[in-house]
Amino acid sequence: MPSKTSHTSIALIGNPNSGKSTLFNSLTGLHQKTGNYSGVTVDKHYGTYQLNGIEYQITDLPGTYSLYPKSMDEEVACKALLNEQEKIDVVVIVVDSSNLKRHLLLATQVIDLKKPCVMVLNMIDEAEKNNIIIYKEELEKLLGIKVITTNSRKKEGIKELKEAITQAKNSDSIFYNFEKQKQLFPQADSYKQVITSQFNNTKQNSSDIKAFELADNIHRFAKINYIVAKCIKQPKQLSKSHTQKLDSFFTHKFFGFAFFFFVLFIIFQFIFYVAEYPMTWIEEGFAQLMSFTANALPAGQLNDLVVNGILAGISGIVVFVPQIALLFFFIAILEDTGYMARASFILDKVMRRFGLNGKSVIPMISSVACAVPSIMSTRTITNWKDRIITILVTPLISCSARLPVYTLLISIMFAGKQTFLGFNYQGLVLMAMYVLGFVAALLAAYILKRVLKTEEKSYFIMELPVYRKPQWQTVAMLVFDKVKVFLFDAGKIILAISVVLWFLTTHAPGNAFEEIDKKAQASHITLSEESINAEKLEASYAGVLGKKMEPIIKPLGFDWKIGIALITSFAAREVFVGTMATIYSSGDSENTETLREKLIAEKNFETQQPSYSNAVCWSLLVFYVFAMQCMSTLATTYRETKHWKWPAIQLVFMTGLAYLSSFAIYSVFS
Amino acid sequence: MPTLDTLKLGQSATILEFTDDFLSLKFIEMGCLPGEKIKLCNIAPLGDPIVIEVSGYLLSLRKQEAATIVVKINSENTVESCAI
Repeated sequence: MPSKTSHTSIALIGNPNSGKSTLFNSLTGLHQKTGNYSGVTVDKHYGTYQLNGIEYQITDLPGTYSLYPKSMDEEVACKALLNEQEKIDVVVIVVDSSNLKRHLLLATQVIDLKKPCVMVLNMIDEAEKNNIIIYKEELEKLLGIKVITTNSRKKEGIKELKEAITQAKNSDSIFYNFEKQKQLFPQADSYKQVITSQFNNTKQNSSDIKAFELADNIHRFAKINYIVAKCIKQPKQLSKSHTQKLDSFFTHKFFGFAFFFFVLFIIFQFIFYVAEYPMTWIEEGFAQLMSFTANALPAGQLNDLVVNGILAGISGIVVFVPQIALLFFFIAILEDTGYMARASFILDKVMRRFGLNGKSVIPMISSVACAVPSIMSTRTITNWKDRIITILVTPLISCSARLPVYTLLISIMFAGKQTFLGFNYQGLVLMAMYVLGFVAALLAAYILKRVLKTEEKSYFIMELPVYRKPQWQTVAMLVFDKVKVFLFDAGKIILAISVVLWFLTTHAPGNAFEEIDKKAQASHITLSEESINAEKLEASYAGVLGKKMEPIIKPLGFDWKIGIALITSFAAREVFVGTMATIYSSGDSENTETLREKLIAEKNFETQQPSYSNAVCWSLLVFYVFAMQCMSTLATTYRETKHWKWPAIQLVFMTGLAYLSSFAIYSVFS
Repeated sequence: MPTLDTLKLGQSATILEFTDDFLSLKFIEMGCLPGEKIKLCNIAPLGDPIVIEVSGYLLSLRKQEAATIVVKINSENTVESCAI
């Protein structure tokens, strides 16, 4: 009798679009987790189920077309399958019943690894609807393994599959090109050894592998053609299907683009406007929690750390959840229905010129709301180089956090002036800033396309899956997953930086704060709390840093006050407005009217000229269009690339671009 | 010899050989083998990429990639609709 603690480890492998994830969800239900394969940015999905007192651990490997990997995802799937440490007891091969011939390539490769296998003929209902008849017993005989038919969308066949897994056996059949193996790899004594050896990157080996792959796959397809002839009966001429009818609309030269822009419009509406409601609730909820905690804990350093450092930091993380959830809700539907591949298809020619991919469009448009969910959504881009370029340039597009900064600066510049040729000045400049961001993103992509070197060859050989109804469970799991990954992976980095920023603004070298308090008490006139706060901020580490920075930012027309705001707004760009309000002790940061008047009235101490001249405002505006003033974006970039190199590059190239542009603008205007 | 990118919409052809080593490996694992019948099913609104029907499913690829597949055109004029 197996004890309670013993378990069987199962790997789920199959082509993309084989319905593998849906099957995984049906097997595990909610008993699943997402982890990470070490060193790469491929998510690892694993879960458990119980059968007859034994626990089964199941890993959903990334989709792959063969065991000769051509992308990062495919390499992860192959390595995980071959890794002895994973201790895989049973491999479940998932194939699309309507598309058996191509799917059998991977199936025969996996069978040749000589591990206990079960094959799943998934989505059998679709095949039946198309009058495709599969003789299951014959297929079992030829493949030498148990074959189960399932309709994972309706959870049919799941019980039988679980039963079959307990009895899985090695196949006696061999499909690989034995002759070619003896010729090219005489020292190998199994197919598994040949497949494992492709990860030894010697030059001779890699050309041998390519030669073997070619001969092996052609050899396999000859056998597969025989199997297909024996086991499948399909109608000679299929009737004109709904996929073709839908394609003639979705890839139409007018309606195709019109529908795509409609999709963008809907996504945009939701992440820009609809998400604002839950975001406000989150902010208000945290504000209440913070004031409650502030009162509940004894006053002092710890209180301030918990409330204004940690809770404020967590609030700043949770506030992203609505946008992430909504964006991935739409992306999951677009992927699951098969529309995403069509959008990619119609836009490829345009995006290719900029080193981007058809699938880069949705992340780029979404970043008008926020770069964080956008960067997370680049997962759908399978080509590594296209994906990195999209991640790097996406934050150049003006996000909603820049809007309060733009509005404040533009209102200073155009106070009084109303229209230009009948158009509102402020609106025109605001639009110009958005256009500037878009143009910069495309140009940066164009340059990066030429600069970035990659071993992975860029190609666009992509399956167009048949249209299917979205699976709500799959959609919900994806949304849940993405939110969790953001909260816990990117979240901890954001929280750490928030606490550092809190420390910088609330602590001062020596006893500067005490002296300010003492001075205030000794003063004959009662100083307002606002002016005390302004003095404290000036004395704090952030203030000291701001003053130290002044020589560096002076060529851009910025003084130390702006320097402090640049430091604090690294938490989020809109913090710029709040910090300026504190520095100019204009009270409530929600009310920018007083702040605007104070900034307009501000005079330079030496020259007696207005501090916020048009030159300074233009310079600052352009700085905020380009500069990487967002720790959450950097944390997300790290999470999505698994390397500090990429957020570092993003920071340097964006802030460098901002510096040079602002310098040029200030020099011209002043 | 004609290559796949020169096919007209609805025309069918048989794959003869590949001219690019790397892409040929990718094509073969996607079921595009020498001797396999293919049909041009769709062209993107901007003229590129294209969609072919091969071994029972739809595959999209760029014209520059299609140019590495040498084919024999089967039906000079017939414009049949695609099945998938």
